[in-house]
Amino acid sequence: MSYLALADGTVWHGESVGAEGHALGEAVFTTGMSGYQEAVTDPSFEDQLICFTAPMVGNYGVDEERNESARTHARAVLMREARGPEWTDWLRERGIVALTGIDTRSLVLHLRDEGAAPGIAVASELAVEDAVELAAGQPSMLGRALVEDVSTAEPYVFAEEGRVRIGVVDYGVKNSVLRRLAKAGATVTVHPHDTDADELAGYDGVLLSPGPGDPEPLEAQADTVRDLLGRTHVLGICLGHQLIARATGHETYKLPFGHRGANHPVHERLTGRVLVTSQNHGFAVRPKSGAGEAAEVSHVSLYDGTVEGLDLPELRARSLQFHPEAGPGPHDAWPLLEAWVNEVAEAVGA
Amino acid sequence: MPRRSDIESICIVGSGPIVIGQAAEFDYAGCQALKVLREDGFRTIVVNSNPATIMTDPGFADRTYLEPLDAESVADVLRIERPDALLPTMGGQTALNLARELATAGVLDELGIELIGARLEAIERAEDRLKFKEAVETCGLKVPESAIVTSLDQLAGLTVPAVVRPAFTLGGHGGGFAMTEEELYRQVERGISESPIGQVLVEESVRGWDEFELEVVRDRIDNVVIVCSIENLDPMGVHTGDSVTVAPQMTLPDEAYQELRDAAAAVIRAVGVDTGGSNIQFARSRETGEVRVIEMNPRVSRSSALASKATGYPIAKVAARLAVGYTLDEIPNDLTGTTPASFEPTLDYVVVKFPRFAFEKFPGADRTLGTQMKSVGETMGIGRTFAEAFLKAYRSRELDAGAATPWQLLADVPEDVHPFFRREVEGIREALGGVGDVESLAAGDWLRLKRAGLSDADIAAAAGTTETTVRRRRRECGVRPAYRRVDSCAGEVEAASNYYYSTWGEVDEAAPTGDRPRVVILGSGPNRIGQGIEFDYCCVHAVTTYRELGYEAVMVNCNPETVSTDYDTSDRLYFEPLDAESVLAICERERPDGVVIQFGGQTPLKLARAIEDAGYRILGTPFDAVDLAEDRERFAGLLRAHGLRSPEWGIAASPDEAVEIAERIGYPVLVRPSYVLGGRAMRVCYTPDEVREMPPFERILVDRFVEHAVEVDVDALCDGVDTYVAAVMQHVEEAGVHSGDSACVLPAPSLSFAQTQEIARVVRILGRALGAVGLLNVQLAVTGDGEVYVIEANPRASRTVPFVSKATGVELVKAACRLALGAKVPELGLPPERPPRQWSVKAAVLPFARFPGSDPVLGPEMRSTGEVMASAADLSTALDKAERAAGRRLPRSGSVFISIREPDHQQAVPIAATLVGLGFELYATEGTAATLAAAGIEVEPVRKLSEATDGEPTVVDLIRRGRCDLVINTPEGRNARSDGYAIREAALARRVPCITTLSGAAAAVHAIATARAEQAMSLQERIDAELGVTQSA
Ligand SMILES: Nc1ncnc2c1ncn2[C@@H]1O[C@H](COP(=O)(O)OP(=O)(O)O)[C@@H](O)[C@H]1O
Ligand SMILES: Nc1ncnc2c1ncn2[C@@H]1O[C@H](COP(=O)(O)OP(=O)(O)O)[C@@H](O)[C@H]1O
Ligand SMILES: [Mg+2]
Ligand SMILES: [Mg+2]
Repeated sequence: MSYLALADGTVWHGESVGAEGHALGEAVFTTGMSGYQEAVTDPSFEDQLICFTAPMVGNYGVDEERNESARTHARAVLMREARGPEWTDWLRERGIVALTGIDTRSLVLHLRDEGAAPGIAVASELAVEDAVELAAGQPSMLGRALVEDVSTAEPYVFAEEGRVRIGVVDYGVKNSVLRRLAKAGATVTVHPHDTDADELAGYDGVLLSPGPGDPEPLEAQADTVRDLLGRTHVLGICLGHQLIARATGHETYKLPFGHRGANHPVHERLTGRVLVTSQNHGFAVRPKSGAGEAAEVSHVSLYDGTVEGLDLPELRARSLQFHPEAGPGPHDAWPLLEAWVNEVAEAVGA
Repeated sequence: MPRRSDIESICIVGSGPIVIGQAAEFDYAGCQALKVLREDGFRTIVVNSNPATIMTDPGFADRTYLEPLDAESVADVLRIERPDALLPTMGGQTALNLARELATAGVLDELGIELIGARLEAIERAEDRLKFKEAVETCGLKVPESAIVTSLDQLAGLTVPAVVRPAFTLGGHGGGFAMTEEELYRQVERGISESPIGQVLVEESVRGWDEFELEVVRDRIDNVVIVCSIENLDPMGVHTGDSVTVAPQMTLPDEAYQELRDAAAAVIRAVGVDTGGSNIQFARSRETGEVRVIEMNPRVSRSSALASKATGYPIAKVAARLAVGYTLDEIPNDLTGTTPASFEPTLDYVVVKFPRFAFEKFPGADRTLGTQMKSVGETMGIGRTFAEAFLKAYRSRELDAGAATPWQLLADVPEDVHPFFRREVEGIREALGGVGDVESLAAGDWLRLKRAGLSDADIAAAAGTTETTVRRRRRECGVRPAYRRVDSCAGEVEAASNYYYSTWGEVDEAAPTGDRPRVVILGSGPNRIGQGIEFDYCCVHAVTTYRELGYEAVMVNCNPETVSTDYDTSDRLYFEPLDAESVLAICERERPDGVVIQFGGQTPLKLARAIEDAGYRILGTPFDAVDLAEDRERFAGLLRAHGLRSPEWGIAASPDEAVEIAERIGYPVLVRPSYVLGGRAMRVCYTPDEVREMPPFERILVDRFVEHAVEVDVDALCDGVDTYVAAVMQHVEEAGVHSGDSACVLPAPSLSFAQTQEIARVVRILGRALGAVGLLNVQLAVTGDGEVYVIEANPRASRTVPFVSKATGVELVKAACRLALGAKVPELGLPPERPPRQWSVKAAVLPFARFPGSDPVLGPEMRSTGEVMASAADLSTALDKAERAAGRRLPRSGSVFISIREPDHQQAVPIAATLVGLGFELYATEGTAATLAAAGIEVEPVRKLSEATDGEPTVVDLIRRGRCDLVINTPEGRNARSDGYAIREAALARRVPCITTLSGAAAAVHAIATARAEQAMSLQERIDAELGVTQSA
């Protein structure tokens, strides 16, 4: 039997095309129409069951070049119509439960209305009641710290040549982030999530990476960021952005079902321009006043008005909730990463 | 920043008659633009020569001009109306070219009119090959290399493979692909000789590469969004308009897709379209990933209409708002209501478009698909998988049995199709192969078959049973469709969208609620020759009327070009095939008080019986009356019973029997297979041999051909008892030229008062005898001695409804809808029946130039794709203007070539005499010349092609060299390769008006002699004048 069960007892039947067994995680949906392999290997999807709204998934096979990290992070994928064999073999080999034939639209409407929910994807003989019980027994994503599970254990150099030295704190970094930095002319060194501020402050600039889970329990990381801010140039992306926010006295909160997709318009307040962005977050930053007014808010979602970026010039820090590195998704915000590297280079006279 | 406040009035130019490559999509675009501009308080002015459009309805703009779309007429309108701005991006290439012409000629500056939507420089950068290349290269991208070649020694340095495109040949004739240098040499040699200006374009060929299109929108502060990606199944080398296409793109990984997205954004910026939408086409090598930019249309297009329907993102509407100053973050998304137009659509379904061809109407024409578009319409299917969408679009084509067309069968997968699609189609065929015995299928089996996209009819055919059996079994197993919303956001935002498609094995979404009575209106499906945009016009009017009358109007259609499939038009839109399965399922969900079938042409009529059998009520003319009119035997019985005449006829089961019948009723006869519609495969035969030449159909219908008769078309309104004769129209060409192809005049110029009365009497008898409720169209032939024959009666809206409504000011569809709800004719408050005071002419536009090899003559089989309308105070002026609007400007001086078939020689004399009197020089072929000379007319004889001798020019040379301004040539017989054919084709290639009937020639020459220059007048003023006069009469 193959199905997805949510903690609330709702069940969605499908057919298994991936690994056998069952997978627990938070059921979320992403609306991007391409980039399935990137999603599954994106550490930000750690411990999640990804429902793709794209009608057909797997059409163009797989390519190891597309991996966003060294391993898969999503626990299961839920699809209306999977296409194999490349993609489904790849999933099976990596132990990912994959269901096809799921009424994904109904599932999406459910998650949208009821919120992202703990769930279990089953490709085994596990009985539905037991599955629901298991699903309900999982901890909520609210309050979960996952960074430790996905961060590198040892620092490593990603790019040796460059005009500026950028340190990246790995809370669950994506290859696309590292590639874009290198492309912009930076040397890139990746550090574990618990690297201390003094070490990081030695870089021309520090990028706080995206990553999974709730930022709130990451107190140690937020403390490090607080310590770091003002000592060098800092750019936060996604979870990195949330940590900068928490380090500067903002609250974060869980969004009902998150923003995951490749079509979210973001308003850039300084230029008045709209960026079509790649997004993948379940938590957001609460502005100190309304998002539209708070001076430090640099970017606002045109979709729900939430904070999409902060600018803290006195701390030489800025942050973006969306993913300028794309991978997958539109490249509209690529220039923001480049501009930051250039800015750092200019500041250090490189 | 909101709307610009410095402009108050805006003129929109339409795209004119429906032609291949420019169809109803521009009516859709124009309507959307008009809606939002009026909402924003702009005064709007429309110029378009096509009466079958909604955008030219008097209520749609403040001022509407049904005038020819040439610089002269549009300038005239601009001078009268003095708008502040001209929006040229809604009317296809026609409007764009006109805007360019008017701007370059200084007319816009002179009148102080601003071009909005696309500036002149941007239009030029997109349209001019060299400028476009430069712009593309500034983005670090490439276009296919190309060179203009006029002699063979210019070939050095050009590489193969190449595509050779000769300049100014019919349908790109003489062009093609060259794989080797030798082929290139031969191809160019041939191209140069075929091109009248001896010029060819040699372009780097990327045939076989994958073809993609992106729909891009940009605002004045440089925000860019990509609305939709479209992938062509047929790779490069087949025009996108002729390709099966799918959205979203299916085969590119994210990094490759984003590369195209970046390229599209870069190109729209480099070209400089700063407020509006553009379509950008790319070729991409499947092996190397190399990309070429093929072209960019700096305007809304066929593809943008498709993208709008595919995504629910109304590109034309957004483009119009951007043109008047809004930015993308300020414009709300209609479907969600809460997100802005900068939220790029994301799809949780698949959309497939299929082209609809009409090759069967152009025997002799080349059917291979190439770089010139040949399809006449399109269908779209939406499903949750490729297979569902593909098969919906595939079956929505409503092919005539045996019609030769690409993709006639599922096995006809084009060469070079991406393996992904090939596998998908194979998957469908496997599912079909595994159908088995329907009695033994369980719910899970049914679900699998339906999820593979198969229709009940497909399953029935595979299982060797009937569709109704399949449907019954399936429903017994509890397998029914579910309906899904198109919401542009894959469910992420709660949307109150009213736009649906069906799928299988899912939860039904947003079932209809509300207690207003409800009607389901069936559309007309893909545009095709014989069933075009007129029917969409009628459907949209029906929707509007029922809504005004307090009903909920539910629309069903599968044609993405149309206004009826705009989610803004109806209360609910089902984008579904128009077949019994889909329509009955929708009826089951909607539980309508009535189903409306009389506005969608023949398509809904075919479903009438199934709808009634399922227990739904048909509003208006019931199924039995439809059958009575369509069944030859029953109809003949009815005519006989009421003492009405029709041409004698018989049905034959063999050629011999057909000859027997012909002998009995007398030659000439009109012969056709008995099941066809739209005059398909109809022939006039003068001899038994000609009758025998008919392909062996199962049943052959033989009619006495009524010779030299005036054909009359009548549109009437009936309530089952009383009939209101709305218009009696006379055809310019005699009976024998299909009513859809002949020019049509209102009022009828050559009918006496008594004849008109007689015709009205016949129509009234028919209306009552048939029991028609709503619209009734009758075609009649009136002979020289005043006999009136009934040719056919159609108890439904006809092709002429929009024309008549615009000429008389009587809203026929509105009246018909009220009748269908039970109103009586006298209660409708219609103006008294009387011929209109102004003269209106409808002229047909024919696609012969796209089908070299097929003889461009008029006959009983319809072949026009569209029509224009012109009105004036006298007939000649109206006819002259209509011909001009149809792209056949009648000359005022110069030379005329005449070649008339032997039996008609004498009748040509007065025509020739008039021409000479007007100062024309005449050329004629020998026989015709002799007759004219004998009548004392000065004429120069020229040789036919078959009489060619060295040195002396033939008539074909004469035409090719531009020495003729008008050709009058009536065909000799059925020999396609005759001299006449060579003459007509030369005229076509040279764009010289060519008249193929004597009645047409007489009317044209009269128009040349007496047409006046008349100032343009708006439709609103014309209708006021018309109704004012009739009311006081
Ligand atoms: N260089 C080329 N090599 C191969 N096919 C081509 C090439 N250029 C155009 N085509 C084909 O011809 C079609 C029409 O060309 P296009 O330039 O788009 O003209 P149109 O203005 O009619 O759309 C394209 O859709 C494509 O399939
Ligand atoms: N008996 C006839 N005599 C002369 N012309 C005819 C006759 N029957 C049909 N026609 C011509 O053929 C055309 C098409 O025939 P019709 O029966 O109206 O078919 P359709 O269903 O395609 O409209 C008519 O418009 C008319 O010009
Ligand atoms: Mg094109
Ligand atoms: Mg007819």
